[in-house]
Amino acid sequence: MLHAHDHHDLPFWRRYIFSTDHKIIGLQYGITAWIFLLLGFCMMLLMRWQLAYPGQPLPGIGSWFGEDHMPGGVMLPEFYNQLGAMHGTIMVFLGIVPLVVGAFGNYIVPLQIGAPDMAFPKLNMASYWSYFTGGVVMLASFFLPGGSASSGWTSYPPLSVIAPIGQTAWIIGMVFLITSSLLGAVNFIVTIFQLRASGMTWMRLPFFVWAQLVTAFLLLLAFPPLEAAAVMQLMDRVFHTSFFMPAGLIVSGQHMPYTGGGSVLLWQHLFWFLAHPEVYVLILPAMGIVTEIIANNIRKPIWGLKSMVYSIIVLGFLSFIVWAHHMYLTNMGTAISSFFQITTMMISIPSVIILTCLFISLWGGSIRFNVPMLFALAFLPMFGIGGLTGLPLGLASPDIHLHDTYYVIGHFHYVVAPGTIFALFAGVYYWFPKITGRKMNEFLGHLHFWPSLVCMNLIFFPMLIQGLAGVSRRLYDGGASYAHAQPVLYLNQVMSIAAFIMAAAQIFFIVNLFWSMFKGKRVTSDNPWDATTLEWATPTPPGHGNFVHPVEVYRGPYEYSVPGAPKDFSPQFEK
Amino acid sequence: MEIPYIVEERPDTGFNNATLGIWLFLASEIMLFGALFSSYILLRTSASQWPSGASDLNIPLATLNTFILVFSSIAVVFAWASTKEGNLAKFKKWMGIALLCGLGFLVVKSIEYKLEFIHHRFPSTNTFLALYFTMTGIHAMHIMGGLIVNSYLWGPGCKMFKEDLSHFSHRVEIAGIYWHFVDLLWLIFLFPVLYLL
Repeated sequence: MLHAHDHHDLPFWRRYIFSTDHKIIGLQYGITAWIFLLLGFCMMLLMRWQLAYPGQPLPGIGSWFGEDHMPGGVMLPEFYNQLGAMHGTIMVFLGIVPLVVGAFGNYIVPLQIGAPDMAFPKLNMASYWSYFTGGVVMLASFFLPGGSASSGWTSYPPLSVIAPIGQTAWIIGMVFLITSSLLGAVNFIVTIFQLRASGMTWMRLPFFVWAQLVTAFLLLLAFPPLEAAAVMQLMDRVFHTSFFMPAGLIVSGQHMPYTGGGSVLLWQHLFWFLAHPEVYVLILPAMGIVTEIIANNIRKPIWGLKSMVYSIIVLGFLSFIVWAHHMYLTNMGTAISSFFQITTMMISIPSVIILTCLFISLWGGSIRFNVPMLFALAFLPMFGIGGLTGLPLGLASPDIHLHDTYYVIGHFHYVVAPGTIFALFAGVYYWFPKITGRKMNEFLGHLHFWPSLVCMNLIFFPMLIQGLAGVSRRLYDGGASYAHAQPVLYLNQVMSIAAFIMAAAQIFFIVNLFWSMFKGKRVTSDNPWDATTLEWATPTPPGHGNFVHPVEVYRGPYEYSVPGAPKDFSPQFEK
Repeated sequence: MEIPYIVEERPDTGFNNATLGIWLFLASEIMLFGALFSSYILLRTSASQWPSGASDLNIPLATLNTFILVFSSIAVVFAWASTKEGNLAKFKKWMGIALLCGLGFLVVKSIEYKLEFIHHRFPSTNTFLALYFTMTGIHAMHIMGGLIVNSYLWGPGCKMFKEDLSHFSHRVEIAGIYWHFVDLLWLIFLFPVLYLL
């Protein structure tokens, strides 16, 4: 095994806290974001109790939340709204995006392109600490009078403008998060353009790097409009401007101090201009991770890699012109609706190409069913369900029925939870040996995977059924007080119990993570999976500067089972 | 291992790192102000009446500010040229002038704000003023950001002038690109749209 020179000359706080090394920053991002993901998950568990057993006190821990939130263990509607808004915000902006981009992107991209570090290491550090500050602001907002933001992760005005002070904290937190992703996006694009090793031409880039490149462009260009919108909402809240406010608004019998002339739809346009590309920020790097793992475990080249690359670029472009399919019910006119229906149908084509290529790649492979591969394989049908359930939502007429129902929740959770989060798990199991020098335990991995897969479906499939029955997505009692929801009300308990079992299954993952870090089976080579991409050419774990010798790239990313080759894998870094 | 292409260009892309980085950053800035100008268009077209900049705002002061910014942009170019000549005193002079111009812009801008407040015109008065204060306020924050970077290059940062002149010259160039962008934003977009249209 190779050993790199560690930089022992830097003090502890420079090496591990205010580090400029992309691997340490990647790990910082990873640890922080997994904690946020767990927090967001726990918030959802609280909500699921309320949905399954509305008005019943939460046994045991219900009293921990105080009289302001859960008097006698029974959740107040205000607290439910806060949890809903913060679950969405935390999962999307503080959990998944920092994991797929900040953690995996930071750690893996420079290694896969053969770079010593990111192009701007100090900006990279600033990006992490800006993210961290944003996260702290978001969490601290729970302790403000009136609690945290409670207007949904979409923060639609006018409700969000007249909400308690927590919404202001949400906006300020978002500004930090936007700054963080902006710095990260510039850094990723420059790194991928400028720091590719000699011989690493564009079509030799691993698909994961392509996914990160397109994602970085989405972050770079889609986030600023939300920043502008956030500033305008801040002006509305603090200086009583009327960007989003109508004239003569009366709330609880009180005349609100707004002169009017604003447009609530303006917020929706600006928000979804970010938030639709954001969906692709959540899914594209996940596709990248899955492609790496599938390529490695089918031991043959990815089928149609080039068309996948072109598809992901097209996806990136199209994702900027589909945003108003979230707004069919806003009376924006049939011509505009038609435009956005067409672009929405178009964007499904490249997604299907990528998924189809991955499915066809499996054909005739001698597949190794290890834990990362199980998660990667599960991603394919789960993302398939997520994508296909999106089609009715992309058409204006079925959307009239489905808009704002649990169907929407089921649809995008299928994309993000058993889609992206499974890809994240797969990535952790796959790259863990490179980071720690030990493999994660396979048995615990199976105990984690199978219940997670079953429970994911038991949680999200019933949502589709409830949504088709017309149950609205934002009901505090899960629909108990609505006649049309009665036939599907029993599903609330199914979903909640499945969620609690899934929470239990995650314990195996957490135990596995820590156990394997210290007691896991040591890897005997720097390339334990017999993989072909450049990150496996580094020492384990990679030291400062990553590569011991300058790397040279000789071939494409997934040359497995090349006829006539001495091994069934031909690494990019070997002649 | 050193990070490559900090000053020299990568042959196949034709960029060095920071030049590509600053242009990407400006692309995101265009999206930020693009969203603000789109909001302006949407709110103005849906408004039944729209106050004119000429009646509510102070055009002579804004014209003065326009000239101040144009002059500071020129000064930054001369400062950059002085690094190419290797003349530190000249660099200090021109960068100092650019800094003073930037500060002057902020002073004039705050006088303008003050005049509005004296006449009881606040962001909450109407949508036009809301846009005016928000857009010029965000622009002024960009000016402040540029001033911080430029004053670093003028002050403590110019140690590098003697140590690594080509790297320093490159830094001045990058800061200059940003400064030109902020100036152009005022000159071509904010000033005509808010004051003259």
